Amino acid sequence: MSGPSTFVPQSALGRWFESRLPIGGLVHSSFIAYPTPRNLNYFWTFGAILSFMLVAQIITGIVLAMHYTPHVDHAFQSVEHIMRDVNWGWFMRYSHANGASMFFIAVYIHMFRGLYYGSYKAPREVLWILGVVIFLVMMATAFMGYVLPWGQMSFWGATVITNLFSAIPLVGDAITTWLWGGYSVDNPTLNRFFALHYLMPFMLIGVVILHVWALHVSGQNNPTGVEVKNVQRDTLPFTPFATVKDSFALVMFLIFFSWWIFYVPNYLGHADNYIEANPLVTPAHIVPEWYFLPFYAILRAIPSKLGGVIAMFGSIAILAFLPWLDTSKVRSANYRPVYRVFFIVFVLTCIGLGYLGAMPAEGGYVLASRLLTLYYFGFFLVILPLLGLYETTKPLPATIADSVLPQGGAKLQPAE
Amino acid sequence: MSELKDMTMKSFKSICLALALAGASITPALAAGAGPSPERQSWTFAGPFGQFDRGQVQRGFKVYREVCAACHSINLMSFRNLAEPGGPEFSQAQVKALAAEYKIKDFDDKGEPVERDGRPADRFPKLFANADAAAATHGAAPPDLSVMAKARSYSRGFPMFVFDAFPGIAYQEHGVDYLVALLNGYTKADDPNWNAYYPGNMIKMANPLSDGQVEYGDGAPQTVVQYARDVSAFLMWTAEPKLEARKRTGLNVMLFLFVFVGLLYFTKKRIWADAH
Repeated sequence: MSGPSTFVPQSALGRWFESRLPIGGLVHSSFIAYPTPRNLNYFWTFGAILSFMLVAQIITGIVLAMHYTPHVDHAFQSVEHIMRDVNWGWFMRYSHANGASMFFIAVYIHMFRGLYYGSYKAPREVLWILGVVIFLVMMATAFMGYVLPWGQMSFWGATVITNLFSAIPLVGDAITTWLWGGYSVDNPTLNRFFALHYLMPFMLIGVVILHVWALHVSGQNNPTGVEVKNVQRDTLPFTPFATVKDSFALVMFLIFFSWWIFYVPNYLGHADNYIEANPLVTPAHIVPEWYFLPFYAILRAIPSKLGGVIAMFGSIAILAFLPWLDTSKVRSANYRPVYRVFFIVFVLTCIGLGYLGAMPAEGGYVLASRLLTLYYFGFFLVILPLLGLYETTKPLPATIADSVLPQGGAKLQPAE
Repeated sequence: MSELKDMTMKSFKSICLALALAGASITPALAAGAGPSPERQSWTFAGPFGQFDRGQVQRGFKVYREVCAACHSINLMSFRNLAEPGGPEFSQAQVKALAAEYKIKDFDDKGEPVERDGRPADRFPKLFANADAAAATHGAAPPDLSVMAKARSYSRGFPMFVFDAFPGIAYQEHGVDYLVALLNGYTKADDPNWNAYYPGNMIKMANPLSDGQVEYGDGAPQTVVQYARDVSAFLMWTAEPKLEARKRTGLNVMLFLFVFVGLLYFTKKRIWADAH
């Protein structure tokens, strides 16, 4: 999509610099001239929102790290010190803690959008797999971040999740001891989690750059799933069109974000995490953060520890194989009436698993978790491969432009 | 869940033992399914424009000091906080006098341990050297109350918990309402350790409040119901001393963002006018 840049700086100094390091041309071709499909809807603004969230998390996180102490005797107090004595500390901490949730809300919308419009299909498989890698790193980062305040949920959440590795045959216990840096979750664990929590966002930036690079090679998918045929007719230049639309969507998202920071900052957290970690007292219910609940439900649905761990990691790993599991030639669910129904059930299944992940693992909740887990995997392993072979799809529009421009009187904005 | 927890426990034999011994000290923050739900209180600090009632927080401090402070510290608070905006807002002179009533452990210039008078910059002192010492005195270690109003909650169940996040009907005061309920929950006259709202109903803290126990100077009723509300409001402030600043800032941020998003909307409309 983005060929060699035709960008020529206006000033002599700019031309001098450009001939030595063509960074201006890179920015111009990526964020100004880059052709975006004319028919993108607001679900396509979450990429920009996620970029913003990553930067916001890094900035608030660096400020918090300046005041935080990663030691079992001081971590809890240092977080309260941030809340009380650091200028704007409460804002930094609530922005960062709720920012993690906002990041996941945005990434889940972004992923479900990809799932609905078939954005993972050729030629975007690598783009999609890079996205799965980003998701995994995000989860690891968020999990380690939640341990840092060293509250009861921090400690017991870390204990439960690190213990999962002990399910690995033969070497499990050795791996768990190695992860902990001792024989239980303790000061070495907290220290390394802090170091990794600080490192991983920068790894994320690296993968995000690859993700955006891959995107700019294949170009964006769009609600019709029809490829761009005529750049002049089917696309609009990124700036001003996508820039202003993304900005509008981002500020809408910031209003949503601000509601959580300023008015319900502890809603998404757990009261137990305002109790300092105590290895001698187990909370009545150990629950992870809301964004892990569907996976936690899958973990607990399997009646064997090792099986549960495999199912949980498998539920994420399976996403990487999605481009080859879905056999349909048609991308967008708008033209796949049967897939559309299965997709909606899949979304409800994920929400249902999230609810069950927060409930105690007993009685009917276990049965429900098992049924929904079955559908989760069935969706990828049975429904998607077969549906592509048997589904009757609706006729696709000939071009992207045909799907949005009024018949005949099309006013065209040529992409530069 | 229980299975997973069992597996967790397997590698923690010593903890299992400790748990078995200290079974009664397992205090879940979520009083889910344990007795009645606390009654929802009306608070001046609730809602987007909420502010503490100065008189109430000042009375609450008096209740804390004369009743709770016998066993419970508020070690995350400094005396100076009592004079800062957004709390009880005592005068500097009052805080200075108050701090001087406390004895603070320190070292003199020869390195000898001394006890000196408190200063506004000092933290409220810890009452015990550690939790073991506290447990030895009281049977169970009385928890620090600094963030207690945020460290307790109760489950409202589906779908109410969803609505609790919504603008206009947001409900964030679960913890402080639980504290009020707990302090009013000693409903069996013959058993001062029986509490209707405490998980398991048997609480180590015997009924701490009685009518007329604390003298109010402002004419507020000197009843357990009033004491419970006042001290809970005070503990909400110690848990969230920047609550007023947060809500005020939120209003400014929202006003700015709404204007900004409006301008962006019309800009977007103009730019896209010919594109569709």
